[in-house]
Amino acid sequence: MRINCPVCGERDRREFYYKGAAVALERPAPDAGEAAWDAYVHLRENPAGETRELWYHESGCNGWLVVTRNTVSHEISGVALASEARS
Amino acid sequence: MRVEGKGLIDRGQEVAFQFDGARYRGFKGDTLASALLANDVRLMGRSFKYHRPRGVLTAGSEEPNALVTVGSGAAQEPNVRATVQEIYPGLSATSQNRWPSLGVDLMGVNDLVSPFLGAGFYYKTFMWPKSFWEKLYEPVIRRAAGLGALSGENNADRYERAFAFCDLLVIGAGPAGLMAALEAGRAGADVVLADEDSQMGGRLLGEVEEIDGKPGHVWAAEIIAELEAMENVRLMTRTTVTGAYDQGTFGALERVGHHKKRRGDALPLECFWRIVAKQSVLAAGSLERPVAFRNNDRPGIMTAGAVRAYLNRWGVSAGRRVTVFCNNDDGHRTVRDMLAAGVHVAALIDSRHDAETVPGVRMFKGAMVSDAGGRTGLEHVTIRSVGGEDRIQTDCLAMSGGWNPIVHLTCHMNGRPTWRESIQSFVPSPDAVPGMHVAGACNGAFSTTACLREGVEAAKRALEAIGVKAADVALPAAEDGAYRIAPLWAVPGKGRAWLDFQNDVTVKDVKQAALENFRSVEHMKRYTTQGMATDQGKNSNVAALAVLADVTGRAIPETGTTTFRPPYSPVSIAAMGAGAQGKGFAPQRFTTSHAASVEMGAPMIEAGLWYRPSYFPRAGENTWRESCDREVGMVREAVGVCDVSTLGKIDIQGADAAKFLDFVYCNMFSTLKVGRTRYGLMLREDGHVMDDGTTARLGENHFLMTTTTAAAGEVMRHLEFVHQGLCPELDVAFVSVTEQWAQFAVAGPQSRALLDGLLDAPLKDEDWPFMACGPVALGGIAARLFRISFSGEHAYELAVASRYGDSLFRELVKRAEEMGGGAYGMEALNVLRVEKGFITHAEIHGRTTAFDIGMGRMVSAKKDCIGKTMSERPGLCVPGREQLVGLKPVGEVKQVTAGAHLFCAEDAPERENDQGYVTSVAYSPTMGRMMGMGFLKNGSERHGEKIKMVDHLRGIECICEVTGPVVFDPEGGRVRG
Amino acid sequence: MRFSGLKVLKEGLTGNKGWKPHWRDPEPKSEYDIVIIGGGGHGLSTAYYLAAEYGLKNIAVLEKGYIGGGNVGRNTTIVRANYFLPGNSEFYSHSLKLWEGLEEELNYNVMHSQRGLINLFHSDGQRDAFARRGNAMINQGDDAILLDREGVRKHLPYLDFDNVRFPVFGGLLHPRGGTARHDAVAWGYARGADQRGVDLIQNCEVTGIDIENGKVRGVQTSRGAIRAKKVAIVVAGRSGQVAAMAGMRLPIESHVLQAFVSEGLKPVIDHVVSFGMGHFYISQSDKGGLVFGGDLDMYASYAARGNLPLVEHVMEAGMTLMPMIGKAKVLRSWGGIMDMTPDGSPIIDKTDTEGLYLDCGWCYGGFKAVPGSGNCLAHLIATDRPHPAAEKLRLDRFRSGVGLMDEEGTGAQHNLH
Repeated sequence: MRINCPVCGERDRREFYYKGAAVALERPAPDAGEAAWDAYVHLRENPAGETRELWYHESGCNGWLVVTRNTVSHEISGVALASEARS
Repeated sequence: MRVEGKGLIDRGQEVAFQFDGARYRGFKGDTLASALLANDVRLMGRSFKYHRPRGVLTAGSEEPNALVTVGSGAAQEPNVRATVQEIYPGLSATSQNRWPSLGVDLMGVNDLVSPFLGAGFYYKTFMWPKSFWEKLYEPVIRRAAGLGALSGENNADRYERAFAFCDLLVIGAGPAGLMAALEAGRAGADVVLADEDSQMGGRLLGEVEEIDGKPGHVWAAEIIAELEAMENVRLMTRTTVTGAYDQGTFGALERVGHHKKRRGDALPLECFWRIVAKQSVLAAGSLERPVAFRNNDRPGIMTAGAVRAYLNRWGVSAGRRVTVFCNNDDGHRTVRDMLAAGVHVAALIDSRHDAETVPGVRMFKGAMVSDAGGRTGLEHVTIRSVGGEDRIQTDCLAMSGGWNPIVHLTCHMNGRPTWRESIQSFVPSPDAVPGMHVAGACNGAFSTTACLREGVEAAKRALEAIGVKAADVALPAAEDGAYRIAPLWAVPGKGRAWLDFQNDVTVKDVKQAALENFRSVEHMKRYTTQGMATDQGKNSNVAALAVLADVTGRAIPETGTTTFRPPYSPVSIAAMGAGAQGKGFAPQRFTTSHAASVEMGAPMIEAGLWYRPSYFPRAGENTWRESCDREVGMVREAVGVCDVSTLGKIDIQGADAAKFLDFVYCNMFSTLKVGRTRYGLMLREDGHVMDDGTTARLGENHFLMTTTTAAAGEVMRHLEFVHQGLCPELDVAFVSVTEQWAQFAVAGPQSRALLDGLLDAPLKDEDWPFMACGPVALGGIAARLFRISFSGEHAYELAVASRYGDSLFRELVKRAEEMGGGAYGMEALNVLRVEKGFITHAEIHGRTTAFDIGMGRMVSAKKDCIGKTMSERPGLCVPGREQLVGLKPVGEVKQVTAGAHLFCAEDAPERENDQGYVTSVAYSPTMGRMMGMGFLKNGSERHGEKIKMVDHLRGIECICEVTGPVVFDPEGGRVRG
Repeated sequence: MRFSGLKVLKEGLTGNKGWKPHWRDPEPKSEYDIVIIGGGGHGLSTAYYLAAEYGLKNIAVLEKGYIGGGNVGRNTTIVRANYFLPGNSEFYSHSLKLWEGLEEELNYNVMHSQRGLINLFHSDGQRDAFARRGNAMINQGDDAILLDREGVRKHLPYLDFDNVRFPVFGGLLHPRGGTARHDAVAWGYARGADQRGVDLIQNCEVTGIDIENGKVRGVQTSRGAIRAKKVAIVVAGRSGQVAAMAGMRLPIESHVLQAFVSEGLKPVIDHVVSFGMGHFYISQSDKGGLVFGGDLDMYASYAARGNLPLVEHVMEAGMTLMPMIGKAKVLRSWGGIMDMTPDGSPIIDKTDTEGLYLDCGWCYGGFKAVPGSGNCLAHLIATDRPHPAAEKLRLDRFRSGVGLMDEEGTGAQHNLH
């Protein structure tokens, strides 16, 4: 598996750390309520198909990336810096 | 039997080798199988279950029968295919899975009782009496099962791993692969051409067909020579591409040294390659399949293509009276080649009534071989035709049930092959692996011309995909015969007809599985073990599922296949794990004081990836405890020196650095003054403690964070995530400086005096209160000093650039020793911190909250921080949670052990009564007793209570008084003094 | 038909023609009292215990492929009860006790082999953590023995004790731990359920869950609508998709876990050995193959296949721990889809929809839970009360933080457990 880091170019999966769904970028307000926080920390869409997820180029540029990837085929259709990809 | 004038072996180079202790001679270029056949050795192995005598079935890596053990001692290699093992002078191979010998195998009794050992018999018996499974049945089954044996010795050979990158990976160097490589090579693309054989050419080496008027192997040699001359082409022989993975990554095993006598040269035995290819061409060829009939597993019964290959490539006739049995035209080639070489062909049996007549041989059309005789070697076959039964004396039967394209790699990414009726085989589905183009026999194209053409076409498609202009390659002239086949999977009749040779799965077993409703092909496989042998069904899958389809009244495509999974052929653990044996498994991190510590005799222990000194023994000390107690005393009474460089150090700068720290720590950092240090507690977003450490404010916008040794990487990742992912608008940046600074704790009442003698300027009281930090200099070198303490003593940590670490450590230790102190190690460090109730990851083990460790009030109410909201979940701060306490033994037993559980004194030590557990223990030389830290339900409210500590594992029960976590100097006067 | 050695003899003498289907292939009825979605180990054992222990008959198991075709047919076959947190302790202990009588219970030889499991540790800190675990196991009534380095050497003399990156300090031996023949477990429960009247319906994919007024009414399938009073979702690996049919979002992320089997070898490894520092565990099957595995590939996946970095890491761990296995050849690798939860522990619970039950989140530990999970879920379905051994496996523990069971201590990141 290889990921095309926007900073470093295409690199082997070994250089990256996987965190999880990109929902982690959408941190609720402290007073958003129990349900919102439960959804943020625990609940996942977990699709069988395309998903947006967070990877960290730990052995490269230290960039946090939002990778659009298919969980069935493992095809990667997009990579962006998390700092620029926040919705 | 060797045939004069045939074969590509080097008859000028004789090679002596041994099999089962007997000496034989072959020629350079022989495999073990071809050399044994040349010596008329037909019996090469025993089957797995019935221990049936077996000879070689194939001439390739798919061989299920002729598995041998090569070498002895640590070099002993089990389950080597005799068909792949090249002979070399001194090669010594032995047969396996037999006792006492290959000829007389007492386990062959299994064959006699085979009616009771049918599919799945073991699921139905061995259940009584219950205790006999582990005691009797299983050990007997285990001893009988298995093939070859490992030596039991540590691997002593060298293995390697490597990466390769290319534009185009061509898999297989038969006619299709060679043409693909030639096309891409001439076009200027970076090409890797890999082939599992020792010699490139594929089937061309085993056939007599000509290309461009030359023998196929001569044509192949010319192409290979041209490819070799190209700088952009890399040829890899003895290299099996074992798996297709994501984004154009392939695994490949290169057998570098198995064909050589001595492996002591610079080369490894095997190299496992990770090949990253922009595009790939699969030209893996096809495998011939046997036909199932009664006793079709006799030694001497082989695939027809293998018989031909042994003749044409190795100059060996597999028998003196050869019989051919086929359902397709390919078998006819074997007759033709054998006759041309002067080998007697006893008969050709073609199951097709309309088969073309082959001149020069007794031919049975519309007939089948229904039985074979000869226990340890084929003696005769029975032919059944419309006219009745004939028995023919023969010592070799060449059978062809058709050819299966090698679709494996196209299925490694969940592709499913497609059934093609015309060739009665599965072929790859298009685009099953991104960027892979399939060509030649593995694509169901069986004529040489078609292979050559598809090779060029596949390469052109690949080149187009990566924008490389194709080169002109003329298509050479070659045979273009049609492939005609009429399905024949199993000859009807009584007796056992083998499908899976090694695992002894017969047609009867598949039928029985269907009878018992194991009708899904996956169920049949798992119930009968068909396809689970070392060939992974290469020789049996299609026929077995055809039999299953037939018996269940379904079509073959509807019945489906099982899943093809990597590796294509087995790969040694040593190759894929190369480099990890011994210390290579994980990086070793050494502090700058490592050499000095070792010189001082300190045992170095693993701390994560780091090595740290356990203690520094002195003359007269016989146990670690003596050294440790002394070191603790040095710190409490004089001065100790300890390397603390392994703690993570993260340099944090930027206009918003303070604001950022307020967000990642649960307590405040924006209020910290320049030149001061503060303890910080960091939570995970789920509200539990992630890590702790001190952070120093070196400037208005400049902080230095320390983390625990274990969590340094995790914290760095976390900081970057919080910044880039949650607040990229903040002006802050991080860099890990763990390796850049060597840092030493100087702890004890004399620490100040030691430093005053060392630093360029003495420390002033008013400038250096507890928790102060700032720049200092020693010997003209800039350094950093932090007045922090993990021992509870008046202490400092002094940091210098790493290159000065070694000399500074030696200097500090020397001065400390002169003052009655010295270096201290991890053991003393632990005692000192337990005496002070300081926590480590033994306490903040990922399930504890700030509330649990008595730091609930540190979570600032004035601001948000990571983990704050979730830490307020009801479950994370309720009374009844286990809270940090100290444990003081007060009963007769004075021993406290980490990992013991806590119970109320009157309760039985059972889960329902569990009150907590002990996390850290140490003997305190300062207090003269054992002390423990642990977690106890409602612990903060139970100080003074007597509690029972139970350690079942070590047989210790001890009454403890619950105390606060701090044992020594609870007021903290010493640290400030 | 009752299986026995005598029966095998009799059939062998009469041409093995008298064997009967291990289960029927019935057409689905239009209505059942209970529908179990998922014909894996857990679904089959649930159906079995509903029929065997609660006398319920009108039950269907709906399986989109073939029964036992998920993770129960694709795992490293380890059976153990060596957890240390309340909730897990009693549940896996309960499950192990069921394992210990399974052959007699099912009249099917699942080859449960209590050959002993040894967890190795490599530092004082790890020893202390394993001591806590071992004591918790004994508190629970299970067995554990703390071995020092020499004790480990007696059991596992083939480990590299001399030149290894993480020297062996000792190990925690769980004598009742071991392995079982994974497929046979599914088949044994299937046969047992079938014999008690449960309809096992293969090639029947559930495409919708019918809910009216907060109550479950049945399911839509590829073979038509089926009405049901109670429905249980028991589809680890696909839990998110099926739960979504009932409008639920789960605390689950699906990950791939690879495992490996070597060519057959004469007996060489007699225990289950687990090497925590390397995320590596290994045993040898009765057929002689080394069966071993490691950690997750670490990215979300439904592909049931993995990639080389993890493959190689597993081999590296094997080579540093026991370099005598170097010349064993990997025959086959495969990947399973794991329901990873935020605390690494499973869920057996009711849902907000009346009559709809959930059994999921088994992470990579579901095989050993097959008997316990089915037994406890059957209890929940039949009585509407959690089984005492499973009462902490609640879905709402994440939201409330009450009763989290984070054995690894890695927190709410699904793939870290």
